[in-house]
Amino acid sequence: MQLEERVFSLKKRFLAMYKAAHAGHIGSSLSCAELLVFLKHAWMRAEDTFVLSKGHAVAALYALLAEDNAIDPRELASFYGDGTHFPALPPVNTLKEIPFATGSLGHGLSLSAGMALGAVLNQSDRRFFCLTSDGELDEGSTWEAALFIAHHKLTNLVWLIDRNRIQGIGGTEEVLSLEPLDAKLEAFGFHVVIADGHDFTSLLHARDVSTRALAKQERPIAIIANTIKGHGIRYMQDTVDSHYLPMDDAQYEQALDEVSQAHAAAIARTRDAG
Amino acid sequence: MRDEFAATMVALFQQRRDLVFITGDVGYMAVEGIAATFGKRFVNAGIAEQNMVSLAAGLAREGHLPWVYTMATFLALRPYEQIRTDVCLHQLPVKLVGNGGGYGYGIMGATHHALEDVGAMRALPHMRLYLPLTTTDVPQAVDLMAQDPLPNYLRLNVAAKLPKELVGDVTPFAPWRKLKPGGTCVVIGMGPVLGNLFQLGDQALLDDLEIWNVGMLPLEEIPAALLASIREKQRVVIMEEHYRACGLAEALSYALLSQGVCPRSFTSLGAKGYPSGRYGSQRWHQEENELGGRALRSRLESILRD
Repeated sequence: MQLEERVFSLKKRFLAMYKAAHAGHIGSSLSCAELLVFLKHAWMRAEDTFVLSKGHAVAALYALLAEDNAIDPRELASFYGDGTHFPALPPVNTLKEIPFATGSLGHGLSLSAGMALGAVLNQSDRRFFCLTSDGELDEGSTWEAALFIAHHKLTNLVWLIDRNRIQGIGGTEEVLSLEPLDAKLEAFGFHVVIADGHDFTSLLHARDVSTRALAKQERPIAIIANTIKGHGIRYMQDTVDSHYLPMDDAQYEQALDEVSQAHAAAIARTRDAG
Repeated sequence: MRDEFAATMVALFQQRRDLVFITGDVGYMAVEGIAATFGKRFVNAGIAEQNMVSLAAGLAREGHLPWVYTMATFLALRPYEQIRTDVCLHQLPVKLVGNGGGYGYGIMGATHHALEDVGAMRALPHMRLYLPLTTTDVPQAVDLMAQDPLPNYLRLNVAAKLPKELVGDVTPFAPWRKLKPGGTCVVIGMGPVLGNLFQLGDQALLDDLEIWNVGMLPLEEIPAALLASIREKQRVVIMEEHYRACGLAEALSYALLSQGVCPRSFTSLGAKGYPSGRYGSQRWHQEENELGGRALRSRLESILRD
């Protein structure tokens, strides 16, 4: 299946989950939907490990696993409900595909570094992919981890940053400026790759550049994936609201309609390019 | 205890190679032997405790047995949420080793003292604490920790020196140990501060004290012999180099009350912090807090008179 088809199916699935649960964090999942599909289906191997440090987007990850039958879609119907195995943020010791209950921001990169170091000590060639938000770069622990990863040249670890420029209750540059983020990461010792986090061509290019750089085993990789919170749904796009608010019936219909239109346009672009 | 701990780590590495030793950039004149023995499995994670603990959780997830070492207060408090979330909730066998429990860092002052570390660790799910008393306890505690599948916290300090003529051969490290019989009062303590009782130089006073040591928390079942002594003597004193809140006194009071045991006299001798606002050696702080020296003696005499 093409990546475009997969992300369309993924978005439909998690939008339905959010609607049924009357839950928020929709914008967070839309921000990283393409990134998850890209990692799962265009970069990671079966033995590699993914850590979703921005645990508030776990609905997208649950949906990704359900698409692959790693989660029974019928069980996923309990998402967000009383007695569920699938809470709003990742559960503890429930799924092997979710090695840690993240969501308390600033943990995922250190956890990934520990696993990556563990693999090195085990002389394993397994790789680790960690997706952080940009808001969680406010956490000092993220930068402790960055120092460690660079110092130990953990080139079996790929750090991706979902750079949607929105955090808790404001823009990242209004709340606590991150820019120039690429220069900061470079200064910490990372090889920085910048990509469009919603464009598979750009992400595939980033993968290839990163793979070549990692092969030198000199510097770890940080990919800044420029994204839009609530991407693809006009009323949600680039808003703080999309972090919190659930959809009513009309908004859900609009969301499905716009996701479908975007998918049709993407398929058409692919066909024209082909 | 630090040297015994380091020697035990080196010995343990000869038996199993899944150990990883992580220091938060401390251990001058203590961890050099570990570094030389462990090779790539020795990691100085820098002065970055939050990363250090999550890193250990990741290592444990990959099948390693990480030992995380730094000063007790910086280990228990600075990365508390990482310990709770990444280690304890996931029930990973990460071994936390805090040096300088209580006033162990003496004149270094309040920032370096650990008076709430046991309480902080006690509150966490799946966490088991090991509280050695003597130097010989340390290798025994470490061996138990290496076999314990749960997260652990080891509190190191300057070991107690127990006079053989008073306590004989101390039994091996255990959740509960009776150190000596005594006449009218049961003293229960954790950690080397209990050893101060034997330094008082007052044999008559010591004869009055039946002394028990707690080596592990959460408390295991209180021995029947101890319960019998408490019921008979009706006078209990708890000693701990730790704030009373969330420490041994609180744990024991719940354990006793839940078994319907309520002695007439129950006194907690614990750290009160910095009553005079002055600083000194560990011994000085202990005395200021009635945990050592003449102040301890005077307080015990007062308790025994009541």
